[in-house]
Amino acid sequence: MSSLMKKTNLNSKLNSSNKKTEVENPFYDPSLQKRHAHARRFKYFTMGSIIFAISFLVFFLGDMIVKGMPAFQQSYMLIDVTYNEKTIDSTRKAIDKKYRRIVSRAWLRDIPAMVEQDPSLMNTTQTSWVLVNHQVDQYMKGHYYKIKDKYLQTIKEKQAAGELELHFNTIFFTQGDSKIPENSGIKSAIIGSILTLIVTMVVAFPLGVMTAVYLEEFAHDNYWTQFIEVNINNLAAIPSILFGLLGLAVFINLFGVPRSSPLVGGLTLALMTLPIVIVSARAALRSVPDSIRQAGYGLGLTKIQVVQDHVLPLAFPGIMTGSIIGLSQAMGETAPLIIIGMIAFIPDSPDSIFQAATVMPAQIFTWAGMPERAYVERTAAGIMVLLSILISLNALAIYLRKKFEVNW
Amino acid sequence: MMLNKSALSLIATTAILASTINMAQARDQIRIVGSSTVYPFSSSVAEEFGATSKSPTPVVESTGSGGGMKLFCKGNGMDTPDITNASRRMKTKEFKMCTKNGVTDITEAVIGFDGIAIAQNKKNKALALTKMHLLLAVAEEVPSKDGKSLVKNPYKRWNQIDAGLPDREITIYGPPTSSGTRDAFEDMIMKGQTKKMDVYTSLYKKDKVKNKGYKKYHKVRQDGVYIPSGENDNLIVQKLSKNPAAIGIFGYSFLVENDDKISAATVNGFKPTPETISSGKYPISRSLFFYTKNSHRKEVPAMAKYVALFMKEDMIGPDGILTEIGLIALPDERRNAIRASVEKYTKLTLDDLSKK
Repeated sequence: MSSLMKKTNLNSKLNSSNKKTEVENPFYDPSLQKRHAHARRFKYFTMGSIIFAISFLVFFLGDMIVKGMPAFQQSYMLIDVTYNEKTIDSTRKAIDKKYRRIVSRAWLRDIPAMVEQDPSLMNTTQTSWVLVNHQVDQYMKGHYYKIKDKYLQTIKEKQAAGELELHFNTIFFTQGDSKIPENSGIKSAIIGSILTLIVTMVVAFPLGVMTAVYLEEFAHDNYWTQFIEVNINNLAAIPSILFGLLGLAVFINLFGVPRSSPLVGGLTLALMTLPIVIVSARAALRSVPDSIRQAGYGLGLTKIQVVQDHVLPLAFPGIMTGSIIGLSQAMGETAPLIIIGMIAFIPDSPDSIFQAATVMPAQIFTWAGMPERAYVERTAAGIMVLLSILISLNALAIYLRKKFEVNW
Repeated sequence: MMLNKSALSLIATTAILASTINMAQARDQIRIVGSSTVYPFSSSVAEEFGATSKSPTPVVESTGSGGGMKLFCKGNGMDTPDITNASRRMKTKEFKMCTKNGVTDITEAVIGFDGIAIAQNKKNKALALTKMHLLLAVAEEVPSKDGKSLVKNPYKRWNQIDAGLPDREITIYGPPTSSGTRDAFEDMIMKGQTKKMDVYTSLYKKDKVKNKGYKKYHKVRQDGVYIPSGENDNLIVQKLSKNPAAIGIFGYSFLVENDDKISAATVNGFKPTPETISSGKYPISRSLFFYTKNSHRKEVPAMAKYVALFMKEDMIGPDGILTEIGLIALPDERRNAIRASVEKYTKLTLDDLSKK
């Protein structure tokens, strides 16, 4: 035995000093280095895939931000505007002839309304900042523009005099959709989204939580409940457009809910969100330890007292997290809304859930298909607004979970 | 017990909800559906109408011409649309469907033309095509060299079709089958020519049932040369700016907006311009329509004002707002005639549709 050891020892001495120490170690595994290398490679592969994913995200976000940032600014020009009977009748005459192809049609169109709001303007000439059209705006932002030379001359003079500049774009947040790019905003889509999501939550949250409570606390584990469970999990994976068809058939055709209204949109999205709420609420209820229930029953509480006062409050952070994630998913949904008519030209903000409305992803989709260049930046800006709302919703979900989570 | 109560209240609220909604009858908001090509024009007018009148802005949905007709012809109920837009004339089949459902009082309005542009990357040399070149480039089966029989489309490069064309691979980005632009392209470039070509029609004459497709042959090749590119024309413009070899088929307004990236090919010697399209010299253009449901005129009083605004010279005239966004005005005489007919709410008849 020892002679054998010696022999190998000798051999390794001849080979390298490094191997010598390894051989002295009785636990030495000659394949160890290889296995470690293998593990390292595995680590790099996993790292590689996350880097790949992140680089996509960074590219997408970077592209959106570069394209979308200009939309938060809008060009205005300082000129004289005359308000009188004649110019209210034909608003083009309110400004100097040489500016007629520069000033936005949407701004001129609003002159009668401005005078109605502030009658003291009548029969005066004011020097004010007026909205210019999208071609001039594109020129100001250094994008491709199409302006005739004679107007370009005026524009350059105005710009040199400091009377044509970029201001913060309030229109984007105070107006609805418009076919005049410089007059279009995302406000009515935001309001539409809020109303739709309120309906979604009012329907999906109680229904979902109640279903989860029944399945977790009351139902016996039998074929019937298993059948329901399989169906709920299945519903969560159904393509969303099918919910649109269902919404059209049931809510619009059968119940006569007005087409394109936040009500029908919210109900349809509620169907879609329901399985997510149920699944997450069930998981949250299941994570409440049985000892709580047992203790309650031990003190003679009824089922409703146990569920209402002890189990539900403890499960609440988990239920909220799941619901908020379901909500943010519903917020980004477009496909089912096409079928129930929410993807349409609807510039007015809805006052109630019965009026026609559009939602943010639908607005983005509409803008993406417009021929005018000025809509490119508005599309990207719309995506940025939608993304930031989604990020804040998800951050809220994480915050709620962290804050109220109980570790057993 | 608890569950019973909540279930009952749920049913009750749904019932109340449903009944209140059904009660809402007369409407002040106009509902418009139909073609995605007419959509930008229609919504421009809708916006103008909403901004300059006391009525709410009409809701304009882009459902496609066929989808719009289906909704429009469903009946006279207040939940059906008041107006449908179309990028082609109402089909007799659709008119019959309308009549069957009681929608009999319809007025037709032509608002102008839409050109279909054949365009390429601006860096390329000018391309002069003919309708025949386009047919040979996109058809599934084309006449053989001797012109006596049909063969599977062998053309992969433009100069194989005609030695005068550049030595470039044929790659065509165009609309998918669901699109009205595709219908128009097939009608004008394919059907229009193949119905006069014996090599196609002789097959139909041989066996009218089996070879029905050869009467007006319009099968587009599916070997990857013609690439259907979705309803979004911006996508085709982007593809053309990336791929200089390709050509694209899309609406004229997208050409006007993107003339820094793409340029139009001439077809039969003419470039698409408002003049050549309006005069009919540029061969690939179509009329745009809308149809009004006159039984709604009483309940939706805003409808008449909207229609009147749409037909105004400020809108559809040669210097109108709509021409700025790509509509091509009708010749003066025709425009005036149509305006007069729309003002009288002339009733559309089956005869109008069946005569060419």
